[in-house]
Amino acid sequence: MISNADQIFVLLQHWLVSFLPAALQPVAAVLLSVVGIVAVFPTLFALAVWMERKGLGRIQNRLGPNRVGPFGLLQPIADGIKSLTKEDIVPLSADAVVHFMAPVVLVVVVFMGIAVLPIGRNMTLVSMDSGLLFFFAMGASTELSVFMAGWSSRNKYSLLGAMRGVAQMISYEVPLLMSSVAVVMITGSLSLDKIVAAQNQYTSGLPHWYIFTPWGLAGFVMFAIAATAETNRSPFDLPEGESELVAGYFTEYSGFKFALFFLGEYVGMLSISGLGTTLFLGGWSAPLSILGVVPSWIWFFAKVMLSICVFIWVRGTLPRMRQDQLMNFAWKFVLPLTLLNLFVAALWRILGDGWQRWVVCSAILLLAYGLMARIGMYREHIGPRKYRYAE
Amino acid sequence: MSFIFYVLAALSVAGALAAVLLKNTVHCALALTAAFAGLALLFLQLDAQFAGFAQILVYIGAVAILVVFAILLTRGSETPKDGVYSRNWPVGLGVAACVFAVLGWAVLHSMFAFPQGTSAVPVVTVLDIGNALMGRYVLPLEIVALLLTAALIGAVIVAMHEKERPK
Repeated sequence: MISNADQIFVLLQHWLVSFLPAALQPVAAVLLSVVGIVAVFPTLFALAVWMERKGLGRIQNRLGPNRVGPFGLLQPIADGIKSLTKEDIVPLSADAVVHFMAPVVLVVVVFMGIAVLPIGRNMTLVSMDSGLLFFFAMGASTELSVFMAGWSSRNKYSLLGAMRGVAQMISYEVPLLMSSVAVVMITGSLSLDKIVAAQNQYTSGLPHWYIFTPWGLAGFVMFAIAATAETNRSPFDLPEGESELVAGYFTEYSGFKFALFFLGEYVGMLSISGLGTTLFLGGWSAPLSILGVVPSWIWFFAKVMLSICVFIWVRGTLPRMRQDQLMNFAWKFVLPLTLLNLFVAALWRILGDGWQRWVVCSAILLLAYGLMARIGMYREHIGPRKYRYAE
Repeated sequence: MSFIFYVLAALSVAGALAAVLLKNTVHCALALTAAFAGLALLFLQLDAQFAGFAQILVYIGAVAILVVFAILLTRGSETPKDGVYSRNWPVGLGVAACVFAVLGWAVLHSMFAFPQGTSAVPVVTVLDIGNALMGRYVLPLEIVALLLTAALIGAVIVAMHEKERPK
């Protein structure tokens, strides 16, 4: 059932490469794929920025961008041109080399992470045996660029923002990894292609996505929380809290370097949404077996953009957390639950097919969640809210 | 020994030298990260994907950050203009020479551990590594885990607020 529309980009690549001599073909094929990724993801970045500004405007009861192009759609292009023409200011006391390197490192590392994501059937740039590990290795390297930016600016806001950012990213990397390990345990492979292939099966028309299992749902929720923190998004956007730190670690950046940080943040969001999609939402597989006629890459990007919409919705809804709440949440709530989730995933595998494993696994997770929430509430002395009107 | 090997080796050695010779401590830490990256790429060049990615994840993602945090949280990044030099550097040189000798001895003897003639690159998947860790090497793994747990508890105890004792 693999149609030409599904494989259009693969066929296009083969067709373009066939004009070249045989010796150059492998290199040209890789180059073409890289060009594709470098063209598509910044376009999605522009779209995501537009969606965010429009969506936040809607939530806050205003219009959002509406001057450039129809519905303000060309606003990102105008912003891009503006940031290119602006003066690039490097503070006099800044460490010029490190200051320059930080945004470059961020963008390079973020784009490299995308290389292992299966964005469609037969559409993984580098199909690696340990693709998941590669993705996390690249994700861990972004912390260094945050630090480099904050430290080299010689500005107390930047340094504080960088310290907060690095501490937060290290703390939430642990639950991020742990919630993904459950998927690896069930699939038995670190290869993202195999993880998608394991979910791309249907019983009576319904898919075998991991989110439709108790451990998968719990894992996905915790993955989403950790991913939000990892990308410094609201409600975890303390490293760039405007009210106290101006703009956090990129306070001293202007012009196109600022735009590069912006690009890095959004492409990071897109790529981590892509990873979440791959791990829990079935990657490029269709939500119903009869919808398999729609090309696989459309499903992947639809799921990624849907995740971006959720990111925007969360940003427009939740207030920012406090630093101690952030750390306590990571280490005392999310991490224990992810560890328990590993145990539950192992149990799921041992119990085999049947309805028993649904009951047992759901019961363990719900009980643990309820208990931990109750204990946390009790410790914080949070009871029913009392309203005092004019008494 | 390909061209790529020499490039990567030069990157690693230059990074390591810069880490020792630069004057600013944070610059040293960043140069050390470059050396780590060079080592990771060397692993990758030898087709050891798992080791290479683990090197990036652990050393660049965690150890480098830890070093940087330690520098910033202890004395600040301001260093004297003439740099920081230890007076007992000959001792350090001796220790470094001993470590190098042990490593060199191990590398030279590893040639005989493998049967000669099988020059093809062994195919080691992540699954094999996992099986080896959970099977043959489970005891060392558990010992490392115990050690790390002890270190973790120790760190928490050091960082914990001491309760006021009634006098």
